[in-house]
Amino acid sequence: MEPWVKDYIWVIVLLPLIGAAFNGLVGFKLDKKVVSWVGCGTVGAAFAIGMVAFFSLLQLSPQHRHLTNHLYTWISVGKLKADAAFLVDPLSAIMILVVTGVGLVIHVYSVGYMAHDKSYWRFFSHLNLFIFFMLLLVLGDNLFLFFVGWEGVGLCSYLLIGFWYTEKYNAVCGMKAFIVNRIGDFGFIIGIFILFWAMAGRGVWTLNFMELQENAHLLADVKLWGVGVATLATLFFFVGAAGKSAQIPLYVWLPDAMAGPTPVSALIHAATMVTAGVYMIGRLNFLYLMAPATLTVVAVGGAATAILAASIGTVQNDIKRVLAYSTISQLGYMFMAMGVAAFSAGIFHLMTHAFFKALLFLGAGSVIHAMSDKKDMREMGGVRKRMPVTFWTFLVATLAITGIPGFAGFFSKDEILWMAASTPNPIFENLPSLLWIVGFLVAGLTAFYMFRLMFMTFFGECRADEHTKSHIHESPRAMTVPLVVLALFSVLGGYFGVPAILGGSNRIHNFLAPVFGGGGAGHALSPGVTLVSTAAKEGAAAVQGSHGLEVTLMVFSVIVVLAGIFVANFMYRKHPDYPARLADRFQRVYRAVLNKYYVDEFYHIVFTATLLRINAALAWFDDKVIDGIVNGVGWITRRFSSVNGVFDNLVIDGMVNGLAESTISAGGRLRKIQSGRIQTYLYYVLGGILIIVMIRLVV
Amino acid sequence: MVAESSLLTWVVFTPLIGVAILLFVKPEREELLRWITLAVTLFVFFLSLPLFFKFNSDTYLMQFTQKIPWIPGYGIFYSVGIDGISLFLVLLTTFLMPICILSSWRYITEKIKQYMIAMLLLEMGMLGVFVALDLFLFYIFWEAMLIPMYLLIGVWGGPRKIYAAIKFFLYTMAGSLLMLVAILFLYFKSGMNTFDILKLYEAGFPLELQIWMFLAFAVAFAIKVPMFPFHTWLPDAHVEAPTAGSVILAAVLLKMGIYGFLRLAIPLFPQGSLYFTPLIIYLAIIGIIYGALVAMVQPDVKKLVAYSSVSHLGFVMLGIYALNMNGIEGGVYQMLSHGLSTGALFLLVGIIYERRHTRLIADFGGMQKRMPIFGAIFLIVVMSSIGLPGLNGFVGEFLILVGAFQVKKIYAIVAAVGVILSACYMLWMFQRMMFGKLDKPENEEVSDINKRELAYMLPVLVLIVLMGVYPSPFLRRMDASVAHFIALSQGKKEVYAFEDKAVNPVSHLLGKSKVGKSDGRMRDAQFTMHDAGFRVKRNR
Repeated sequence: MEPWVKDYIWVIVLLPLIGAAFNGLVGFKLDKKVVSWVGCGTVGAAFAIGMVAFFSLLQLSPQHRHLTNHLYTWISVGKLKADAAFLVDPLSAIMILVVTGVGLVIHVYSVGYMAHDKSYWRFFSHLNLFIFFMLLLVLGDNLFLFFVGWEGVGLCSYLLIGFWYTEKYNAVCGMKAFIVNRIGDFGFIIGIFILFWAMAGRGVWTLNFMELQENAHLLADVKLWGVGVATLATLFFFVGAAGKSAQIPLYVWLPDAMAGPTPVSALIHAATMVTAGVYMIGRLNFLYLMAPATLTVVAVGGAATAILAASIGTVQNDIKRVLAYSTISQLGYMFMAMGVAAFSAGIFHLMTHAFFKALLFLGAGSVIHAMSDKKDMREMGGVRKRMPVTFWTFLVATLAITGIPGFAGFFSKDEILWMAASTPNPIFENLPSLLWIVGFLVAGLTAFYMFRLMFMTFFGECRADEHTKSHIHESPRAMTVPLVVLALFSVLGGYFGVPAILGGSNRIHNFLAPVFGGGGAGHALSPGVTLVSTAAKEGAAAVQGSHGLEVTLMVFSVIVVLAGIFVANFMYRKHPDYPARLADRFQRVYRAVLNKYYVDEFYHIVFTATLLRINAALAWFDDKVIDGIVNGVGWITRRFSSVNGVFDNLVIDGMVNGLAESTISAGGRLRKIQSGRIQTYLYYVLGGILIIVMIRLVV
Repeated sequence: MVAESSLLTWVVFTPLIGVAILLFVKPEREELLRWITLAVTLFVFFLSLPLFFKFNSDTYLMQFTQKIPWIPGYGIFYSVGIDGISLFLVLLTTFLMPICILSSWRYITEKIKQYMIAMLLLEMGMLGVFVALDLFLFYIFWEAMLIPMYLLIGVWGGPRKIYAAIKFFLYTMAGSLLMLVAILFLYFKSGMNTFDILKLYEAGFPLELQIWMFLAFAVAFAIKVPMFPFHTWLPDAHVEAPTAGSVILAAVLLKMGIYGFLRLAIPLFPQGSLYFTPLIIYLAIIGIIYGALVAMVQPDVKKLVAYSSVSHLGFVMLGIYALNMNGIEGGVYQMLSHGLSTGALFLLVGIIYERRHTRLIADFGGMQKRMPIFGAIFLIVVMSSIGLPGLNGFVGEFLILVGAFQVKKIYAIVAAVGVILSACYMLWMFQRMMFGKLDKPENEEVSDINKRELAYMLPVLVLIVLMGVYPSPFLRRMDASVAHFIALSQGKKEVYAFEDKAVNPVSHLLGKSKVGKSDGRMRDAQFTMHDAGFRVKRNR
């Protein structure tokens, strides 16, 4: 029996689009209330239908949990066919709920946060448009439609980062985000081509996810440039993911994206869009399983990003930037999970992260709002008493992200660490331990920078000027209610995935099993699976035998978290002068970290500046050389024709006067051409044709 | 209303009736002149709509054909018809003409009567080129269209109009004369006593002849496209031309070059074309990257858009020379997309130029504040131009790259870099013009887009979205003709298969430039008409 909601999945996607169009077209004439109701209402309704879809899915037996809603054929050329069709399966169902759920909360929050903005309607229109594209990305049942959403969210990100466009800085940051994302998309589209080409070569003309999964085994021995095609395609897809999800080397745009309004940072640059890369790997897990090399790259890249970003996060002073680096770092965790084929762990962390990171940003927004739009933590401090709701919810989120037992982040992060440590890697034997050590260190660093942020912002004396100080106040209800809701989820979210060892049944893992396989839900892995998945299975089996390891790792990570908190407490509460002394002592290191290891500067010199120099050189070449040749030819012809003209006048004067004159005038006497000579010229041409034709006929 | 067989003739020559009417209107009655021209162009557009709706997409044969002896002694016919490729170019032309007239409403203040007449003549010439099925007729239209365009630039253009007009004219003329020689040579060499393009497809010229003939045609068309390195007339012509001139130039005239390849150069001389395929692909790819890079540093918006055209048309050429369904259909689709989005860009530049009398990017900044609606439209058009999925530009670009990838992976990969670069130059330009602080006092009083301007921008926007979201009605009508074109480009006479092969038979030849070694499908140099065991029946 197919649930009725199957044929209405498109409504989920369409609703936010209607909201965007309505607010975008007539919003500027309307009252803010109407705009907010339309903006929030459409997302809320989408969430409600998403819920229905989710529960309908639960009614089905696990192996039948996929609903396809085919709308129409989008592009069809030759055998290439791209459908506008949506797919709801456990993976996309979770994503719909995260996107519309967190989205709804943030929309409501924006009602308060943006209340005084003149372009209120534009904000809601863009935000709704973002939800639309994000849902398209999540629900698209083929890579083409997925890509539409993928680029679309990039557009919305661009628009919203530069929302306050009158500041050039904001606009430039938006542009940077879009262009860096385009570089990633370039990789992604090449990946699509490779996959499409390889599948077509095997007679399967499709990029539909379900069909790809069924036929992925055909690619097992297809090679391109000496590399397995699955490896190559997945690597290129990962380039796209690195762009969208801010991983090394394309992470540079995300910190700058903080130029956008805070709800945007919460929704797009923390909870949803930046996790699209993780979702993509989950969606294409069957391909990644065939490519152990890519998985290794993903895992190593994720781990490297996690620690790099965490280290930068420890010294930043802008509250949003700390959170931005934290996001990059947490995304690194997710990629680490994906890289060890622990897909459900990655998606689980994606979900809990969406809750607590959105909460952190919204809380930060609430503080920024109260501090008269100041973002520098050095000018904050002690706001805890004036903003109790913000403080307590922020504390919950902080405990969640640092992984204090009982909070959401604990369950998801520790599952990742455990999987990383226990999944053997077929290429590097020592990788699991290495990944775990990095993850372990990042956990400590995370605890440190989060509590540093906590202490600098909420504790101690307020360091703001008197004017700002007098304005500090708790935010309006529209902003605090969302905080409370998200705080609730930052605690409860973890209980969807309590591991067996702690007496849970890891529900999310079982729910996702039909998509990711290997979950004991009766899903047969495709025959093309290779090394890693087998290894992963063996590893999982081995691990199941040694629950002791899991518990040991948990204890270790709790210890390092507590250590991080202790150090932060020591440095920023007990001895506030200590950080400055430390920075002075290790000035060089401090400077390098503070300046983000000069990666932006490096990119600027190597890429941007070089590109512009090449462009200028080419423009010169175009103007002087190519066009110079053209003009030179013109000049020579003109000289020649004037000589010719003199010759003509003297020698064959009158005989072919008209013809010669038209040549001369082409060079010199321009006015005459304009007054109608060209028509005459054409008559000559036509006359010429007739003469030639006649001559030929006679001869 | 009009019999199907003479519909095309009506579409092509109705502008001429308009000219006749205009001749009787006094030059002082400016409003009347404008309204009459608008009415005529609108009428032509509605007249052309049945071409779309009554088009039979199941056949590659020419439709709406009409053939009347003209100069029978030389086998010259007045012969017109359209297939799935020319259909859209005709529609693009008739669609854009009323928009161009509307955009000139206040822009053109001098010699309005002459201007309107020139526009109508131009329309007739362009439509004629797209429907002519007789080489002689084709050439007449091809040349006839040059004159009004030349006048548009030379009379109503900017400060360096004379230089630009002459450059445009001489450049194109040089190409067309080469083509003329080739056409005449063809006529006598074939011994068929015909200028009928479809009949000449079957002539099967010897390889060496094909190479030279193709070269002559290709140069003429490559100048028109324009392909690197024949492109330098384009920035000059664009910068100096009035808004409507730029729109027509970008949207329609450049497409004539591509159309020339599709209708004449490739199917007439398939082996010659194959011989030059690698060269053309290289030039196309160079054009994509080079055009984009040079566009990035242009201080003048119109120049920037002009160089972006070089880049976009490089894409089109690449798609066509992929010689498979995806590539060619993508190429044809990209022609239409480019016509719309680049046409729209020029319209927008015209709107802002009318207000500020400058096109230098540096003279703007923060305009979004003064012109929010203009900014929104501008952004949509920019996104369409850089190929954002969901808008028209993506469909063509994507298909082209898929097609190119099937031929040789590196082609698509290098060309795809152009996609990144297009985002760079377009967004940078947009950011510098629209965002930031409004710090120039001259920009303070600029008014937002008015109703007339909105009226002609809206239809373009609707199509931009429609073609991105629902391309099927367009693609479906191309299928048969494109499949037939592929067959012709391989020297086949009939469409053997309607489908694409994973690796196109032509593709393996692309690496080698020696055509003579190709497989049995290629006819050898000795082929004559009588060897052809069969003739394909064609609708005449």
